Amino acid sequence: MREKDININRVDWISVMIYFALVTLGWFNIYAAVYDGQAEKSIFDFSINSGKQLVWIGTAIALIIVIMAADYRLFENLAIPIYLIFLVLLILTPFIGKEVNGQVLSIGVGSFRIQAGEFAKFATALALAKFMERPTFDLSKPEFQLRAFGVLLIPIILIILQPDTGTAMVYFSFLIMFYREGLPQKYYVFGLSFIALVLLALGIENNLYLAGGIVVIVGILIMLGKKTPKQIIAFSVIGIALIALTYSLDYVVSKLPEHQQNRIMVLFNPDLDPLGVGWNVTQSKIAIGSGGLLGKGYLEGTQTKFDFVPEQHTDFIFCTLGEEFGWIGSLVVVALFVTLLIRLVIMAERQKNRFNRIYGYCVISILTFHFMVNIAMTIGLFPVVGIPLPFFSYGGSSLWSFTILLFTFIKMDSSRALQLGRMA
Amino acid sequence: MNDQRPVVIIVFIFIVGVVLLTKLFMIQVMDDSFMRKAERNAIQRIIDHPYRGLVYDRNGELLVYNNPIFDLMIVPKEFQVQDTTRFLELFGITKEHLIESYQAARKYSWVKPSTFIKQISTTDFAKIQDYLIDYPGLFIMTRSVRSYPNPIASHALGYIGEISGRQLERDTIGYYAQGDYVGLSGMERYYEHELRGQKGVKYKMVNVRGIDKGPFKEGEYDTASVAGKNINSSIDLELQKYGEFLMQGKTGSVVAIEPKTGEILSMISAPFYDPNTLTGADFGKHYGELNSLETKPLFNRPIMATYPPGSIFKIVQSLIGLQEGVLTPETTYACNKSLVACHNHPSPVNLFGAIRNSCNPYYHQAFRQIINQEVSSNTYKDTEIGLNAWREKVLQFGLGGTLGIDMPNEKKGLIPNSGYYDHYYGNGRWKYSTIYSLSIGQGELLVTPLQMANLAAVFANKGYYYTPHLVRAIDGDHNKIPQEYLTKHEVGVDAHHFDMVQDAMVQALYGTAQRAIMKDIEIAGKTGTAQNPHGEDHSVFLAFAPKSDPKIAIVVYVENAGWGGRAAASTASLMIEKYLKDSISRPELEKYVLAGNFKN
Repeated sequence: MREKDININRVDWISVMIYFALVTLGWFNIYAAVYDGQAEKSIFDFSINSGKQLVWIGTAIALIIVIMAADYRLFENLAIPIYLIFLVLLILTPFIGKEVNGQVLSIGVGSFRIQAGEFAKFATALALAKFMERPTFDLSKPEFQLRAFGVLLIPIILIILQPDTGTAMVYFSFLIMFYREGLPQKYYVFGLSFIALVLLALGIENNLYLAGGIVVIVGILIMLGKKTPKQIIAFSVIGIALIALTYSLDYVVSKLPEHQQNRIMVLFNPDLDPLGVGWNVTQSKIAIGSGGLLGKGYLEGTQTKFDFVPEQHTDFIFCTLGEEFGWIGSLVVVALFVTLLIRLVIMAERQKNRFNRIYGYCVISILTFHFMVNIAMTIGLFPVVGIPLPFFSYGGSSLWSFTILLFTFIKMDSSRALQLGRMA
Repeated sequence: MNDQRPVVIIVFIFIVGVVLLTKLFMIQVMDDSFMRKAERNAIQRIIDHPYRGLVYDRNGELLVYNNPIFDLMIVPKEFQVQDTTRFLELFGITKEHLIESYQAARKYSWVKPSTFIKQISTTDFAKIQDYLIDYPGLFIMTRSVRSYPNPIASHALGYIGEISGRQLERDTIGYYAQGDYVGLSGMERYYEHELRGQKGVKYKMVNVRGIDKGPFKEGEYDTASVAGKNINSSIDLELQKYGEFLMQGKTGSVVAIEPKTGEILSMISAPFYDPNTLTGADFGKHYGELNSLETKPLFNRPIMATYPPGSIFKIVQSLIGLQEGVLTPETTYACNKSLVACHNHPSPVNLFGAIRNSCNPYYHQAFRQIINQEVSSNTYKDTEIGLNAWREKVLQFGLGGTLGIDMPNEKKGLIPNSGYYDHYYGNGRWKYSTIYSLSIGQGELLVTPLQMANLAAVFANKGYYYTPHLVRAIDGDHNKIPQEYLTKHEVGVDAHHFDMVQDAMVQALYGTAQRAIMKDIEIAGKTGTAQNPHGEDHSVFLAFAPKSDPKIAIVVYVENAGWGGRAAASTASLMIEKYLKDSISRPELEKYVLAGNFKN
């Protein structure tokens, strides 16, 4: 007889505790965000978001129990079917979904709605793990790179079509997992340099300075290099291409949809239009910045509860925390996330098969991206991208999808002793 | 190689955390500008304007009170109007005004109220009050303006108006705000601190749409406003009213003082204006109109107009001479008209006769005794020393400098010193013959009517005065008035020297001001005629009564009315009677004054 599937002692309690800590803190903050001193509604009142979130939390716990009770092989076996189901749902969403603000993100009946885009992350993570688990799968080889990107690209395209650029961007976070699984380092060096150049091109008013900088760097590289004609030509071509890129970038930006253009402009100059485009970031920074070291105290925040910050209970939930609990509160939450993520890396590294490890890194990738981008956008370090803060933000789809994502891995981790070592 | 990659990822996650916390530390802890911005966002500071103190007369009659006025405010976001024609008719405005005001309000703020129609009258308010409910986005804000039950004493009381940019700059403690009303003249300005009270402040929270979300921190930081203090003026309402009645149509000043206290019983600057015109919505318009009038009704003559003191100054000369010992009651001089012109009277005269007859040559000779006491053998030097010593004594009488009345813009007048003549003639190049006109109150001398009234009080008190003032009590308490008004000032002349002077002043009326004489009240007085190079001389009369126990000291200036014995003496006599007896027994004299023809 095989060992019992659920072995409480093997569950990684550190990550479970951090999960519940974050969910609880999030719930309190959701209440604070909608709190109205004159209305005197309890945190349990189901007519307000904190009451609803409690329902989502309760059902999330039910999901946890189901996941923990399931057979550990289930996810590996169902990886591809789940992936396909969500691809179909993503395709169907625009036709049967409900339109909100020009976006069709959710499908469902009545008030029960789910956002397929949120769950597709989980499905893609499983599919990637399944695809890449074979020992022969080598990310240093272009053919495998193409296959892996293919798995990613399909949901990305479908989500962009919805259109939900923010959620689509999350899929680029799998580059963290790819990095761990051996995608050559030069891609990252080139990629990061390219991003840096784009940011500089957007941030620096006069492209001439940037072009001059590129000429100087190319010149230095040629001087330091082997000075063979071939290399000189190669460097020169790259330099010219980069200069062309910086000059074409403004044109590209001008062709973007206006709201995306605005988000980019505001990042570089938040004071550009504080009452219009810059409103979100300006108000969000005011709310967080006004918290000071210790915060204004629970339910004492004025910026968030009086609606100065839009989306305060979902994407901008961090504002409530920053305002009412100050930097100490921010420190606690950031520390919890960092601890959780590092803990997940340790857990991923102790997996005995590649499927589990890859899936673990997918979870790390997605959570890191959400955590980093969500907080960064509330303090003006990143353009406003409509993605939630995991476990914290209000919303059933988001809470459920992150819960499933995390606990599937915790389940895998707790069952790792039962699995055969199939490491690459 | 891949073994290092998990470490790289851990380091990356750690760096993300550190970067986020660093940026958070910068905006949350290092930079406190966000705190202020948050307060500007969500906390509205509402000023609770205090009730300005009232002003009463010396007998508790109301002089100044607060009248509520109504501003119609508009919140553009909520403003809706269905039937524009009816709306325009109801509020009595034109379509252009509606559009203009609405646009101005929108420009100011979409959600905050701004003024739509300023200062609606109580009648109009009653008319629109019931219909306001039909027009969302409009509401009434109540303020108050000053109001005057009797249109008198406008110069003494002063007016309030919107604070100027310069005054705001000088307000270093930041008490005032743009649009606040402050006392701009008269008592309103002098007692601004007492009258204004203390503003209160309420902090309330508003949400992003400007909707009230209750008091901030349960009103922990709120302060209640403190109402301004009420002031009892020393002005006698009935006397002031009667004085203005007499002075109507004339140009000049009347200042009446209670000698024993320095309290000003009446202060008239003619022509006057109705203080009610400088309140409310039309302040600016009316101010402009008054300011452009050639008669200068805004000019506060009692403290700002200066005239030569004329013959009245001879009394001061007599007193200084007596105190110096260069004159005695027996000192006799001939009326030598070759020295200076005089009218016909018995000659020679002693000091008593000189005062009674206002003899110019007498004072020409007596003043020489005061100035040239042969301290120096050089006559120029001796004159210089004498003039400066004499000037010091004149200043003691409250002349040549501001007295310190509780009103702004008091003028000093002029009692010249040696430097003054040095400036014109050069040092050592002028002597007594240069300055002899000072002896009879002419020449370079300049005094204000207020200083002359104070002089009357000095004569009445036999040698002392209290700085003339308009305040009698603050908050009902006499001791709360400024300390300087409770301080006695001696003029440096012994009281017994005044006895003969007072007798001579009583007699003087029989010589030059018979119209002023009353059967049952003994008035001591002296006429003066202030020379006016621009036209008819100014009629001046100084008096106090009753002589035995002076209750009122008064000076009357009527410009371009000729002899002091006619216009000024008649007016002063009637006011004395009004104040002491509260009735007028000489209707024909009253008629004479009102007719205003003082040629005979």
